Amino acid sequence: MNRKVKSFAATLGSVLVTLFGLSVITFMIGRVMPVDPVLAAVGDNAPADVVAAARAEMGLDDPLIVQYWSYISNVLQGDFGRSVLTRNPVISDIAHYFPATLEMATLALLIATLLGVPAGIISAVKQGSLTDQIIRVVCIAGHSVPVFVLALLGLLIFYVGLDLVPGPGRQGVIYDGMVPSVTGLLLVDSLLAGDMGAFWDAVHHLTLPVLILAYFSMAYITRMTRAFMLDALKGEFIISARAKGLSGWSVVMGHAFPNVAVQLITVLALTYAGLLEGAVITETVFAWPGLGQYLTTALMNGDMNPVVGTTLIIGAVYVGLNLLADILYRVFDPRVA
Amino acid sequence: MLVDIENLRITFENNGKRFEAVSGVSFKLEARQKLAIVGESGSGKSITARALMRLLPAQAQVTADRMLFDGIDILSQSEREMRKLRGGRAGFILQDPKYSLNPVKTIGNQIAEAWLTHNKGSKKEARDAALNLLEQVMIRDPQLVLNAYPHEISGGMGQRAMIAMMLAPNPSLLIADEPTSALDASVQAEILRLIDELVDTRDMGLLLISHDLPLVSNFCDKVSVMYMGQIMEELAAKDLAQAAHPYTKGLLNCLPSLDEPRGDLPVLTRDPQWLEEQAQ
Repeated sequence: MNRKVKSFAATLGSVLVTLFGLSVITFMIGRVMPVDPVLAAVGDNAPADVVAAARAEMGLDDPLIVQYWSYISNVLQGDFGRSVLTRNPVISDIAHYFPATLEMATLALLIATLLGVPAGIISAVKQGSLTDQIIRVVCIAGHSVPVFVLALLGLLIFYVGLDLVPGPGRQGVIYDGMVPSVTGLLLVDSLLAGDMGAFWDAVHHLTLPVLILAYFSMAYITRMTRAFMLDALKGEFIISARAKGLSGWSVVMGHAFPNVAVQLITVLALTYAGLLEGAVITETVFAWPGLGQYLTTALMNGDMNPVVGTTLIIGAVYVGLNLLADILYRVFDPRVA
Repeated sequence: MLVDIENLRITFENNGKRFEAVSGVSFKLEARQKLAIVGESGSGKSITARALMRLLPAQAQVTADRMLFDGIDILSQSEREMRKLRGGRAGFILQDPKYSLNPVKTIGNQIAEAWLTHNKGSKKEARDAALNLLEQVMIRDPQLVLNAYPHEISGGMGQRAMIAMMLAPNPSLLIADEPTSALDASVQAEILRLIDELVDTRDMGLLLISHDLPLVSNFCDKVSVMYMGQIMEELAAKDLAQAAHPYTKGLLNCLPSLDEPRGDLPVLTRDPQWLEEQAQ
């Protein structure tokens, strides 16, 4: 037990070091980018003395280490500065945009896991069969076609062609701003408000982007599950499980799968992190008001505070999910002390 | 008659190439009898044992004129019937407990699972049975081992746990595939003695697969010597010194001795005729 506490403390320590490194890098990005925050604030035509005064007031004349210190102490208090574009504090912008990404990514991961893991298992158990071949072809397609191509094709077929799904955006115009924001997750908020119309509208808008992200992630999850399972099924303990007289299914789910569950946790955690961060392209195609779109819009306009703040948040989410995977490892694998 | 095999052939087909790993093996094993199959690596002894439990991969083609276990025709059984046989009627001990026990399940759960597969009862009963079996294989601190994971116990303890797992459903035949080759020399004799005792007290038949001729002759009634997928010679264990076949003699001749140190050991010269003689 003592050893477990110690090794866990070591993991936490390395997480803190990673977060520190992350804050330094994001801080440096904010300083080295060829965007002058002073000009962005005072405008291009401001007289030189105004620029100099603004520069001093923003603390940009201080040594870097002092600037970092004031930056990090602000960040620790949840202050990421203000966005020039939205004129809101970056942290409240993130609180507004992040739930949209979270909702989409979580649903996509859920669907991808529920389909991908069983598909991977079946593919491995029936290696070389027609089922295996079909699953593999579907996965190669999902993995090798760029996600924006899938997204555009999806819109072309299901929105333009068949008119089965609504167009881009997160909500229909009539429901926009009608649901009071509690969690920021539209599905939850509309149910809390008892507004079924808004709920189904949100479902409709989520369907296509979620399915496309789910397909993309499922391809990866299936491939990894299949590889892990093939490896586990080669184990000698599979022979002993069969020699005990267990049925094929209990051997697969009772003996092989528990051995890959731990590796799968890592894959799922990384996929989730990738979805939260990498939905940038999907969000652009679907005009989805999420974190990715907030980040790209800020970047295009040289609005550095949101860029740095969002990068930091995404990095922290990555580290957090890795930590979660690490904790689950310890719970599920007796070999990890 | 517990096992009766006549002209067993096992062929593997890989990318259109056929390879016969076992070519016409025949042997019989009476109830309460102990038979050792001895041979070098690749002689086909392990897959002969696995064929008896129908545990070979699908690409292995198994044919035999006769392949009976306790009067049951193994080759014509359905998979469901085979599952009752596996574990239930015949236990199978593998070489290295480090790999043959599931790393993420406790010893107790693995033994209890074997018991539950072939007995009706509650989980509590299965667990009690597992504890009882661990006591029977004379493991140190059975209560502790019950809750331990395979990586937490030694190789010798792991093999005892494996034996307990395979005895759980009370089988009438025990197949042990090189049960001691992964263990320390000091533990090897202990494990073999334990298997020997358990087989005696439980009136089981034993099929012991090994590459150690003199060692198994101490524990078995009969010894079959296998070479390149064929049985060269079958003889009573006590007659090993009077072995007639040059291959058996050669194997015995290239053993070092502690009592009377020998110079360079002779190299076994193989005669292709050994295989032709059998084929006729």
